[in-house]
Amino acid sequence: MGLVWIIVGHAVYIMLLKTAFSEVLKKPVADTIVQWSIFAIIFLPITIGFLIFGWLAFKGAYDKLPTSSEEIEG
Amino acid sequence: MQSSAEKKQIRKVIFASSVGTLIEWYDFYIFGSLAPIIASQFFPKTNPTAALLSTLATFAAGFIVRPFGALVFGRLGDKVGRKYTFLLTLVLMGGSTFAIGLIPGYEKIGFVAPLLVLLLRLIQGLALGGEYGGAATYVAEHSPENKRGFYTSWIQTTATLGLLLSLGIILITRQSMAANSVDSIRIFEDWGWRIPFWFSVVLVGMSIYIRLKMHESPIFSKLKAEGKTSINPIKESLMQRSNLKMVLLALFGATMGQGVVWYTGQFYAQTFLENVCKVDFSQTRTIMIWAIIFATPLFIFFGNLSDKVGRKWIIMSGLLLAVVLYRPIYHQMVNLTSTTASVVDPGLTKIERIITPVSGKGYGLQTTSTLQTYTNGIVEKKVHMDTLLNDGSEKPQVADKVSKQLPTDRYWMMIGLIFIQILFVTMSYGPIAAFLVEIFPTKIRYTSMSLPYHLGNGVFGGLTPFIAVLLGTMFTGDLLVGLWYPILVAGLCLVIGSIYLSNKVDKNIND
Repeated sequence: MGLVWIIVGHAVYIMLLKTAFSEVLKKPVADTIVQWSIFAIIFLPITIGFLIFGWLAFKGAYDKLPTSSEEIEG
Repeated sequence: MQSSAEKKQIRKVIFASSVGTLIEWYDFYIFGSLAPIIASQFFPKTNPTAALLSTLATFAAGFIVRPFGALVFGRLGDKVGRKYTFLLTLVLMGGSTFAIGLIPGYEKIGFVAPLLVLLLRLIQGLALGGEYGGAATYVAEHSPENKRGFYTSWIQTTATLGLLLSLGIILITRQSMAANSVDSIRIFEDWGWRIPFWFSVVLVGMSIYIRLKMHESPIFSKLKAEGKTSINPIKESLMQRSNLKMVLLALFGATMGQGVVWYTGQFYAQTFLENVCKVDFSQTRTIMIWAIIFATPLFIFFGNLSDKVGRKWIIMSGLLLAVVLYRPIYHQMVNLTSTTASVVDPGLTKIERIITPVSGKGYGLQTTSTLQTYTNGIVEKKVHMDTLLNDGSEKPQVADKVSKQLPTDRYWMMIGLIFIQILFVTMSYGPIAAFLVEIFPTKIRYTSMSLPYHLGNGVFGGLTPFIAVLLGTMFTGDLLVGLWYPILVAGLCLVIGSIYLSNKVDKNIND
């Protein structure tokens, strides 16, 4: 499933960028540019986090969840 | 079994934490509840939709900055202590809220006005980012292991109750500015909207007094006494793989979906009622107030239930119901307020024309209100404004303002539809504080739980009304197009959470 999340993460962000470009081309005013730039900037680190999540899932990091702090800090 | 002294102690802890958190939510939400008025006061009037979007964006800015507040204050809370950190957040929130009420409008100070509003909104967001994690952690660290969901669910009610308080105070203020309702609303929209912001300083003062009497969390005090606090909680939270993986799972498997469900059921629902269904201001607010009152006890119910059956499946069930039922619910909201299949009762049509001279300008404003009652009981009010110029001609003002008053049966059905949405909120939000506390170790708990919480609620959730309205302007053919954002986000979260989260309740958080 980890690969699915990695693909989904890429796909969603690419779709966001495509929508941003098309909206800015349709209406190239300051409001539109600022709005869509903010979306692109905010969702970039979140997308990176999602890709990391996907990678960890792919590597089996979530096969067993920790049950105590020793397992987290270990 | 808890002794009566322990029960008394935990009740004091819950009260002190909850009151402050509730007030911080109130401070945060009065801004959103007054978004259309703030738009008209602080943003250029040339385009009402752009002004509303700008206000929602400023509203959203407060949400986006919450994760940064989570990091800053989470770090402080994990190094210095819970108590003093959320005294600081309270002072910051109260101060910035009060200051918003003092800023002169755009017409007086130009672009400085919206910039100041934005800056203070960012401070509000930072403060809130530090508040919730501290309050939930503080209560959880005082709670016995078999009651953690129950006791922390009281904190979970504060966001909704803060919203309720903001709606109530706004409604009361709006009706109290003058003896006559029309004049009262006019004065409220002119300057009376500032009063709810100023009122915050009274509430914050009370809360600071209560919180000053609180003791530090015993678990944290023990940790500090043993010299085991974290040197760098942010680094430990995000750079240690084993903890980062839990931060990411908490976000993508729980708080992301919970956040969009929260803001859809309580904020977007209000925006949709007012701007799409055109229900009038007062009815929209009272509908929300009733639905919130009826649904709030369910936070406690589901928090308590999660102590017995586990947290995961209650949270996931809330997300599932939201994904499946949002579109039918909103479709029904549109149906309840529709007049297309109904006819006007001509005997009940009233037209009222009022001319108000504009002092010192030599022209007048003519307001024509047309009240039409439909056979399905809906009363539609159309307000048209013209400027009467010196030469006797008329110049139309902005587009007609339409609002609808629902008859009693439809009014209560609407409350039912909003109640159902808030039911989904109580299922996904009630157990989540206990869930987040249990998956992170004490020494980085404040930081680690605050971050996924405020990313999920601040970014994904807080942007919901903004993105939904934006989708509505992009795809005008479908009134419900805005719902696709919460449906898809909650749906993705539901799948991830169902696969990866554990339903096991962690008994011991003293580690």
